[in-house]
Amino acid sequence: MTDLAGNQLLLEIVYLIASALFILSLKWMSSPRTARHGIWAGELGMLLAIGGTLLHHGIVDYKWIVIALVIGSGIGVPLGFVHMTAVPQRTALSHAFGALCVTLVGTAEFYLRTPNVPPFMMSVLSMEVILGSLTFTGSLMAAGKLQELLPQRPITYKGQNFVNLFFLAIAIGLAVYLVLHPGARQVFPFMVVIPLIFGVLMIIPIGGADMPTVISLLNSYAGLSAAAMGFVLDSKLLIIAGALDGSSGFILSVIMSKAMNRSFTNVLFGAFGQVQAAAAGGKEEKTVRSATAEEAAGILAAANTVVIVPGYGMAVAQAQHKVRELYDALTKRGVNVRFAIHPVAGRMPGHMNVLLAEADIPYDKLIEMDDINGDFPQTDVALVIGANDVTNPAARTDQSSPIFGMPILDVDKARTVMVIKRSMSPGFAGIDNPLYYLDHTLMLFGDAKAFVNSIVHELAGNAH
Amino acid sequence: MSSALLNGLFVFMLAGFIGFEIIKRVSPLLHTPLMSLTNALDAIAVVGAIVLVGEHKSNLSFILGVLAVIAATSNVVGGFLITDRMLKMFKTSRPTKP
Repeated sequence: MTDLAGNQLLLEIVYLIASALFILSLKWMSSPRTARHGIWAGELGMLLAIGGTLLHHGIVDYKWIVIALVIGSGIGVPLGFVHMTAVPQRTALSHAFGALCVTLVGTAEFYLRTPNVPPFMMSVLSMEVILGSLTFTGSLMAAGKLQELLPQRPITYKGQNFVNLFFLAIAIGLAVYLVLHPGARQVFPFMVVIPLIFGVLMIIPIGGADMPTVISLLNSYAGLSAAAMGFVLDSKLLIIAGALDGSSGFILSVIMSKAMNRSFTNVLFGAFGQVQAAAAGGKEEKTVRSATAEEAAGILAAANTVVIVPGYGMAVAQAQHKVRELYDALTKRGVNVRFAIHPVAGRMPGHMNVLLAEADIPYDKLIEMDDINGDFPQTDVALVIGANDVTNPAARTDQSSPIFGMPILDVDKARTVMVIKRSMSPGFAGIDNPLYYLDHTLMLFGDAKAFVNSIVHELAGNAH
Repeated sequence: MSSALLNGLFVFMLAGFIGFEIIKRVSPLLHTPLMSLTNALDAIAVVGAIVLVGEHKSNLSFILGVLAVIAATSNVVGGFLITDRMLKMFKTSRPTKP
């Protein structure tokens, strides 16, 4: 190993410290008590790494670095202050920015180095650019769907998977060509553009309910492309950060797809929407029992244990603060209130936890599916707010159901089930929910926020 | 294959395993902040872009570098800010130990 010059050695040591801080940062995320130390460690590592890089010997022009850092911060600050309900689309957008950075750097590096790019180097550079550009457009599409700028319904057509795989195959073919002919300057742009198209096509057939898995998968791709960039630039710090991000996204995708009882391929190529169209037919008239806010308040006040099951509908109606008032009103009466969180409730991993924490609900009342399912038979009231598929007992019993085998919250085992829902129309996924027709289920028809509010009012009235 | 690339593969392999072990322990409660934090850390790619801008080896690499610095910096700043905001919201009903 050749000796490094003074400055260079210092820079490598700074990067070494930053890598350690990044690992500590994620380690401290294991518990809410230490998590904020994790941010400080991450910020310190980032500051050290950026500061150290500015000492890099080859840098001649500082003006534009500063200008770009300032503009970037100007975009970053508003993105750091979005509403908690907008966090899923913000996250998708930041995956897009990360991937954009990686793609641009990869492209610049190729044109600086061509035609002297060894095969292995060209392979990782291709991987960097392909993953980066498909993640860029894919994440933009996901953000557009989450922000409802684009239709959330899956859009499917005949031969869709074939078309998508065709684009991916061309991109890989171009990469192989470039590995063999690293001087082909005119071929490179196609290796950027085709994955850009593939990214769009990949997200078109994906519906809102699949977003938690897809966001995690895009997270993983963004990490892997950054790790590939680390190989290209020979930066161990970048390889480490990319590997951490990649494994994090991967673990989350595995958790999400397990919680939906589906494989990655099924999420990416399965287009949920089509399956239901077949299952929706042949519905018979069934009776439901509905109740008013007054009746619901009476039942809740008489209960000892209540489990609230929040879903995406609660996020859409922005009902989390009203739910907090309900929590307060019931807790004051001595009712034991807890929340049951399904891993894929909402639009990204952990979405419900963040919304309920925003409404000041203590996190030790937010219970994961596996820990609370055993408690439902001893629960007096299960109150479902804006959740549908994750409570559907057909997933346990009906083999013909498209969601058969998906782990669900066993709310139907509670003594009384109450479901706040706008109407009887089947939800986004279009699957009928037998839960609504059970004898001990009461339907509370109305907007989640308004209905919870009237229950709170009734409870306050009874107190006098 | 150069020894630098081989070293890189070793680092990648080790970091991947560390990532798996650490992330597995993160409570599902914090999965959203976890994702925004890893996103901010991932934006360390900004260092590669800074060097591109600073070295100004070609006009193309300079322009792409400036755009890349902007994109990554927005992730660094936005990512840390929102992660911190989210984590501040998580409170327990049990009194915290002194």
